[in-house]
Amino acid sequence: MNNSIAKEKIVSLRKKRSLEDMRFKYYGFTAMCLSLAVLVFLLYTIFSKGYTAFQKTIVLLEVDYNQEVLKLTPDSSDEDMEKGKFFRVKKQAIENFFPDLSKSDIKLVKKLFSINVDKEIKDYFLDNPEVINTKQQIWVTAHSDVDQLLKGNSRRDVPEDRRKLNDIQLSYVDQLVEENRVKQVFNNFFFTKADSRHPEIAGVAGSFMGSLFTLFTVFILSFPIAIGASVYLEEFAPKNRITELIEVNISNLAAVPSIVFGLLGLGVLLNVFGLPRSTPLVGGSVLALMTLPTIIIACRASLKAVPPSIKEGALAVGATKTQAVFHHVVPLALPGTLTGTIIGLAQALGETAPLIMIGMIAFIPNIPTGLTEPSAALPVQIYLWVESAERGFQEKSAAAIMVILIFLFMMNAIAVFLRNRFERKW
Amino acid sequence: MFFWSLVLIAVGIFSSFIYGRSRIKLNSKKQGTKSKSLPNYYAQYVLMWCLFPALIVYFSWAIFQEQIIQNIVISNFEYIEGAVYNEGLLLAEIRNVANNLSFADGKSIEIINAAAHYSSLRQISQISFYTSIIIIMLLGALYASQKLKPEFHAQHTIEKYIQYILIFCSSVAIFTTIGIVFSLIFESLRFFAEVSIFEFLFSTEWYPFIPIREGQTAAEGSFGAVPIFAGTFLVMVVAMCVAAPLGLLTAIYLAEYASQRVRKIVKPLLEILAGIPTIVYGFFAFVSVAPFVKAFGQSIGIDASPTSALAAGMVMGVMIIPFISSLSDDVINSVPQSLREASLGIGANKAETIKKVILPAALPGIVGAFLLAISRAIGETMIVVVAAGTAPNLTGNPFENVTTVTVQIVVALIGDQEFDNPRTLSAFALGLVLFVITLFLNIIALQIVKRYRERYE
Repeated sequence: MNNSIAKEKIVSLRKKRSLEDMRFKYYGFTAMCLSLAVLVFLLYTIFSKGYTAFQKTIVLLEVDYNQEVLKLTPDSSDEDMEKGKFFRVKKQAIENFFPDLSKSDIKLVKKLFSINVDKEIKDYFLDNPEVINTKQQIWVTAHSDVDQLLKGNSRRDVPEDRRKLNDIQLSYVDQLVEENRVKQVFNNFFFTKADSRHPEIAGVAGSFMGSLFTLFTVFILSFPIAIGASVYLEEFAPKNRITELIEVNISNLAAVPSIVFGLLGLGVLLNVFGLPRSTPLVGGSVLALMTLPTIIIACRASLKAVPPSIKEGALAVGATKTQAVFHHVVPLALPGTLTGTIIGLAQALGETAPLIMIGMIAFIPNIPTGLTEPSAALPVQIYLWVESAERGFQEKSAAAIMVILIFLFMMNAIAVFLRNRFERKW
Repeated sequence: MFFWSLVLIAVGIFSSFIYGRSRIKLNSKKQGTKSKSLPNYYAQYVLMWCLFPALIVYFSWAIFQEQIIQNIVISNFEYIEGAVYNEGLLLAEIRNVANNLSFADGKSIEIINAAAHYSSLRQISQISFYTSIIIIMLLGALYASQKLKPEFHAQHTIEKYIQYILIFCSSVAIFTTIGIVFSLIFESLRFFAEVSIFEFLFSTEWYPFIPIREGQTAAEGSFGAVPIFAGTFLVMVVAMCVAAPLGLLTAIYLAEYASQRVRKIVKPLLEILAGIPTIVYGFFAFVSVAPFVKAFGQSIGIDASPTSALAAGMVMGVMIIPFISSLSDDVINSVPQSLREASLGIGANKAETIKKVILPAALPGIVGAFLLAISRAIGETMIVVVAAGTAPNLTGNPFENVTTVTVQIVVALIGDQEFDNPRTLSAFALGLVLFVITLFLNIIALQIVKRYRERYE
């Protein structure tokens, strides 16, 4: 009797224990799935918010290139053509955009077009000067408000005073859609233009170039210094207090918040050395100091992976230590150090806070062409667009995030490729 | 200018190399003895004596040229009696006129004069830059070529120089730390000269307004950073509440339960999560999580702020999940297999083994991982800059708007940076606090992890 009760107890206890075991396993499984679900949700959010930015809305506009309005003649020189009165042509085109527009309506119609339309009308004419004195149907860029409305990013059912477009403008847009005078095409501006106050003509080209220049500076500074430092620490450094200090220093620097490096750049590079503000040169120097520990740690690991027999072999045939290290060990460790450097660069590419500190947050409407020119950087551009009140910038920021993520993905792919292609197993 | 000077230096070192090589061959032929090192080492010797002086000149020009020119221009500027000048704006204007960025007409005569002065100084500086680079390279090569004798041990000297270069490279890390510490302390001292340190650390009023005009009495700034520290702490706690369980359980699952295949897929995915730039998390918090938190707050009857600590903290937690999981994974994996086997051998099941044996054994390492994660969370900037508020608020309610140390640093330094007011300098004081706290956490964490490792080795 007693025996069977005890047995039952044991069985139920075992059941309970194995249930507990199962439950614990599923806790772990759920936690892992949750973490991954967040990743999926994050990527989904970015994609769903951002893919519309790759399209822009264009409107068909009839432009009358009348020579009197333009104050040009068919045989004007190129220089004179530059100075043609295109804004008058545009004004006329807008006045005749819909039949019988009153003065106040014209103002409303004008707001359906991008500020870039003047330039587009002019460029079309400069490309085809023979169109003088003819009427041309040109597709021109629509204003961001129209663009957002047609993409469904801004809603039309909110009260009129909280909308960018009022009821009359909405009816105009509807009419355009009905008459097929508006369509969506690939947004080339996004890839060819720099930042702008107007969302429809803002692009990532400027900040992308800025990021490239910054990364170039990071690479030029951090790669040789990291290799030098790791070769010294791995191969030459005597085991003493100073070496230990350097090592502790490097591991602590790796964990210093990035914003503190920004303060270093501001306090030392800008204020003491007087380097030019907002430039890739300063941004790159700060990021190089920041990524240096990461790269050094990777370099040291790959130097360590080279078997000592190689160095010893070189020493045995009479090479000096320097020769053995630089002719034999370093070349073998190079793929590993390159992989580490690329990973460090990827980290530097996404870093925002230090760049804000050194003033790369300034509004730069042109594409930089050198290291010492003020420029933006991709992550800072994203920040500026996220913070912007204008609705049209939100899709831009998501699209810029896509650009930066693709860029990061490519860098990591290169690093993995290098590692797989050149890494030797000893 | 600097591109062409690089070309010049490249040409210089190339020709010095060729020169050194042919010179030593010639010399040894003349004396009829073999040189002690290979000719290439003599060439490298000449090259180094050419390159490094040139680089020093190059960098000192790059760093100091603009400042010196500006100082000369400003000190020779013909100030008009009675007019008030802002030095920074004045310089910008002079530079713009000199670079033809803004048209000269409409500017006053003294600015045009100064711009002309500026351009002429720039020209002088360029010419003297090129001449001094050429002269210094020639001098270097001349000095080196005197040593090009067969009995000179070039290889030893070169190897000594290489050692010096390597030592310099490794000391960059130390210079960086010194730079950080000194710039933070120096600017913080300037801040504490105007604001008492006790007010900064213990007062609860943070109104970093400073009088814009002289004699303006309405705004007297007060710099009590307690609400900022409290906000940072609150966001950090929320983040750890998300990241600690998720990260630790993920690590346990991956280390103890998951098959090799699952590990192979999940680990790179978590690495992706770790590699995503923080501004992307900020965007995510701003467009997805913050509206969700607000809606959730409304549904349970709490009025949540659109920049709540909860939204920022949750996303920050997601950011540090991979950090915690990979560190904890390492720690759990380094618990010796014998402990596991002993526990399983006396009949414990897996969950019991993990809870009663592995986790206690791994506890120091896990604590170290958490401390590192906390230091990460405190220093994180972009998520909170985008998703948390800018107004200080002393509260424990995560649905309310709070601000953090990093946000205040960014806020203080965005916009015009005049280094003479406490508002700007407060960024450095806050940065100093941040630096000290994260450094402290790191040192403790690294110590704990190190001791833990030693225990099982």
